[in-house]
Amino acid sequence: MSDTTWDPSKPILEIENLSISFFTRLREIPAVMDFSCSVMAGEAMGLVGESGCGKSTVALAVMRDLGKTGRIVGGSIRFKGRDLTTMGEEELRKLRGSEIAMIYQEPMASLNPAMKIGAQLAEVPMIHQGMAKADAWALARQIVADVRLPDPDRILQSYPHQLSGGQQQRIVIAMALMSKPALLILDEPTTALDVTVEAGIVDLVKALGEKYGTSMLFISHNLGLVLDVCDRLCVMYSGEAVETGNVEDVFDEMRHPYTQALFRSIPLPGADKNTHPLVAIPGNFPLPHERPQGCNFGPRCSYFVEGRCNAADVPMSLLGGTRRHETRCLRHAEIDWDAPPAASKAVAKMEPGKVVLKFDDLKKYYSVGSSAFGGGSKKVVKANETLSFEAREGETLAIVGESGCGKSTFAKVLMGLETATSGTIMLFDENVQSSPIQSRNMDTVSQLQMVFQNPFDTLNPSMSVGRQIIRALEIFGQGSSDAEREARMLELLDLVKLPRAFAERMPRQLSGGQKQRVGIARAFAGGAKVVVADEPVSALDVSVQAAVTDLLMDIQRKNRTTLLFISHDLSIVRYLSDRVMVMYLGHVVEMGTTDQVFSPPYHPYTEALLSAVPIADTRVIKQRIVLEGDIPSAMNPPPGCPFQTRCRWKSQVAGGLCDREVPPVRDLGDGHQIKCHLPDAVLAGMEPVIKMAAE
Amino acid sequence: MVVFVLRRVGIILLTALTLSFIVFALTNLPSSLGKLAKAEGSVRMSDEEVQRWLDENGFGGSTVWRYGEWLGLAPGWTHTDEAGVTRGRCIEAVKTSQTPDAEVATYCGILQGYWGFSTVFKQPVSEVMARSLGATGWLMFWVMAVMVPTSLVLGVLAGMREGSRTDRVLSGVAIVTTATPEYVSGVVLIAVLASATAGVSPVLAEWGWISGKTLFPGTATSAMDDITFMNFFLPVMTIALYGIGYIARMTRASMTEVMTQQYIRTARLKGVSFRQVVMKHALRNALIAPFTVIMLQFPWLLNGVVISETLFNYKGFGWTLVQAAGNNDINTLLGCTVVAVFVVLVTQLISDIGYVFLNPRIRLA
Repeated sequence: MSDTTWDPSKPILEIENLSISFFTRLREIPAVMDFSCSVMAGEAMGLVGESGCGKSTVALAVMRDLGKTGRIVGGSIRFKGRDLTTMGEEELRKLRGSEIAMIYQEPMASLNPAMKIGAQLAEVPMIHQGMAKADAWALARQIVADVRLPDPDRILQSYPHQLSGGQQQRIVIAMALMSKPALLILDEPTTALDVTVEAGIVDLVKALGEKYGTSMLFISHNLGLVLDVCDRLCVMYSGEAVETGNVEDVFDEMRHPYTQALFRSIPLPGADKNTHPLVAIPGNFPLPHERPQGCNFGPRCSYFVEGRCNAADVPMSLLGGTRRHETRCLRHAEIDWDAPPAASKAVAKMEPGKVVLKFDDLKKYYSVGSSAFGGGSKKVVKANETLSFEAREGETLAIVGESGCGKSTFAKVLMGLETATSGTIMLFDENVQSSPIQSRNMDTVSQLQMVFQNPFDTLNPSMSVGRQIIRALEIFGQGSSDAEREARMLELLDLVKLPRAFAERMPRQLSGGQKQRVGIARAFAGGAKVVVADEPVSALDVSVQAAVTDLLMDIQRKNRTTLLFISHDLSIVRYLSDRVMVMYLGHVVEMGTTDQVFSPPYHPYTEALLSAVPIADTRVIKQRIVLEGDIPSAMNPPPGCPFQTRCRWKSQVAGGLCDREVPPVRDLGDGHQIKCHLPDAVLAGMEPVIKMAAE
Repeated sequence: MVVFVLRRVGIILLTALTLSFIVFALTNLPSSLGKLAKAEGSVRMSDEEVQRWLDENGFGGSTVWRYGEWLGLAPGWTHTDEAGVTRGRCIEAVKTSQTPDAEVATYCGILQGYWGFSTVFKQPVSEVMARSLGATGWLMFWVMAVMVPTSLVLGVLAGMREGSRTDRVLSGVAIVTTATPEYVSGVVLIAVLASATAGVSPVLAEWGWISGKTLFPGTATSAMDDITFMNFFLPVMTIALYGIGYIARMTRASMTEVMTQQYIRTARLKGVSFRQVVMKHALRNALIAPFTVIMLQFPWLLNGVVISETLFNYKGFGWTLVQAAGNNDINTLLGCTVVAVFVVLVTQLISDIGYVFLNPRIRLA
């Protein structure tokens, strides 16, 4: 704004050959090497890559906030023609927040817990424009209304902890927009949020970008989201940009093996665990100080040529055409990019066997003292309401829902960490609903195991991998001698495809995917028949996700295990499950086979959920359904149908039935159950949410 | 909130009751009473005489009964000697009160406002306590006035840039002062600043920079009437030094943690200047933890004053406590106990309530 020398037709942000290193006591660790990209005015640039690829480092470098250990060791970052790398602290301060603003991954952590929202917002124009306090607050109120938050006056007076995650993220966005920045950096802005909330935030960001003409640097690991939001895209791998181009070009005509491998490892519609399994990227992400010679992706690349790809550093090369499509691959002209993935072996679908687990009318209520001072009435949180279903041997049943829908409570009750309020759970021929895990016999415990969400926290950091598995074997009473257990442990490592040498390693020496494999080995140590997998891959990178899901499926086929797959990620659920159960506020709103649930007629909530999931495929045409508001609190659920506060079909039900009565469970044929008041005619007339465009 | 406070007050009363009973029982052990009798009566009393003296002076009967008397739940003892003069707990109570004509009550314990008569100070305990607490109050006030701001400033300065030179120097100082107990720092301070033969005083006197023999006086007795910088500096510093290091370290730890929080990065990347980041964003969050520590210092100060007051002969609470304990002055000791319990628990209550105001996320539970 103040700088008049900048020509608006030039890129607003121009990064050239940027190299960033972190300096530790031991060595210099290069985090980003030779990174170039440019963002034009009004353009949204996506930065995609797995964790550790340096995408956040680039963002922080633009902000010049690399901490004490990080330093820019080469290249330049020009913002509106001015080089940020040589700018002084005071100049930078004037840019930060006024011309370049940032939105962060965890909204709760990025808001000051001890300051009112209004004060945090109003601070921005007060610093940068020297605005008077009253004016700043008025502006804050207007922007809060702009980010579509209800009741702005109340929100300005609240503290961050009084808002929900989605509302907090809207506040962070509002804060970034307070002084109408020219460039907005979004660092995984929706990763911590639920999908339906994410859809709302993405819509908002897009609309605001258009309204204010803001350029965006959008960092994400989610390709579907990038397709939704961005115009251009830069794929990063191990500190380097490997492919840059328009989103359509990169999605449809990728010219780098890593981009291709990435797309093949994410479950897109059409992928199927039996006929079209995902192709995981072999090997592991190289550590920053162990990068290979030549192409960083070389060791994992299926097009690798010895002596050529690992000869020297690979430069970025511009592809033909006018659309600034670049790739860091020497062989991009020789590779047949349209060839189908090599020999993905199709496997026969597994027929489910006898019923091994049966829930009948299960209820789990918690009572909560409402007032902090002991006064007031007790409240009841209905975490699970009348849960009834069965799971068969060898079947994968997915349980889908957003945070607070009761899926974790369900897992806890099943595992015996909590006991049910009423109803029955039959595991094989045994009633387990009211026996806590301490009173279950070892047989039951070893047959019913769990794979946890976060592999980083669930392994004992001071015990070697082998020791942890042997410990599980001991507890489950497997093997009669130490030698036998040792042998069994090594077999388990083979089962989860970890080298036997890993038995001696400590958890900290393992990557996330490897840790999760240990978690799986531990779960199967006692020959588990029913495994509850609570978001087993959501903490892992996409390329690792495919490998871990594959492994789970493999073991399942071998052992005919019943897998209860708890997830919020509908893409992966669609890929691997046989049947799906959708939960909302403790109720099962829809249940059926994967095909039944993923095609109309839908429960209105399932419909919204499907629409909210970003899909990384340019051919997919989605119906856009954005839910209003947040999930109601389980402490204070709405009367009648739990979903009625956000349902877009509510008007189709006569007589305000939704407000009064919880819908009965209806069978739409073939075991497709739905909990909805909508008349059959309306249900039958529903359009599919996801359509493939005609080729 | 009200329920919370009431519950805490209940706990305070219960604790005071229990503790005072324990102290009562300990000070009323037969051997201590025997010593008391010999001290008050005659050193050469025989065992029977001691027993008679105890009976005549209200020390007969069971411990529980006498505790009831002290509380005011049981009627006070009376004794009429051969001369027909009746003495008793409640008669003394009337004698010492300002209204000598008042009717002689049956019950006279702390519930009625009578704290007993101090055998050491020959004064009602309430007067002893009022005088000594007043004196100690001033000492505590100045200790806090010096300690809290100094330590917070030091802690914040050290913590805002972790690992910087300022941080290392200040942390070093804080460790040294915390590692020095009052009875060491007090002696060192006296030796360095208040001795006519050692430390800086002889040098300064030689140069003619000070008129007296020492820079600071080695006693604070004169501060009982008139507090000046000169007579109060040493006792205050003796207590404060330890606390400064301790609180500064807590503040530093809390500050460094806050400075790594994401919302501090948010503030920085909003363009807030470093100074404002510290003042507006970090400070309030960083003070939550030290606030509790500061409140915890109050009970601990009671400790410090015992040493400092004895060392500098300042007749406050600590000094009184030492005198009472040395002479088995039951009533004074009990008084001190009750006061100490109240100080400890009331500061805890204040600290909990203050916490809520600093931290909007906490609701009292």
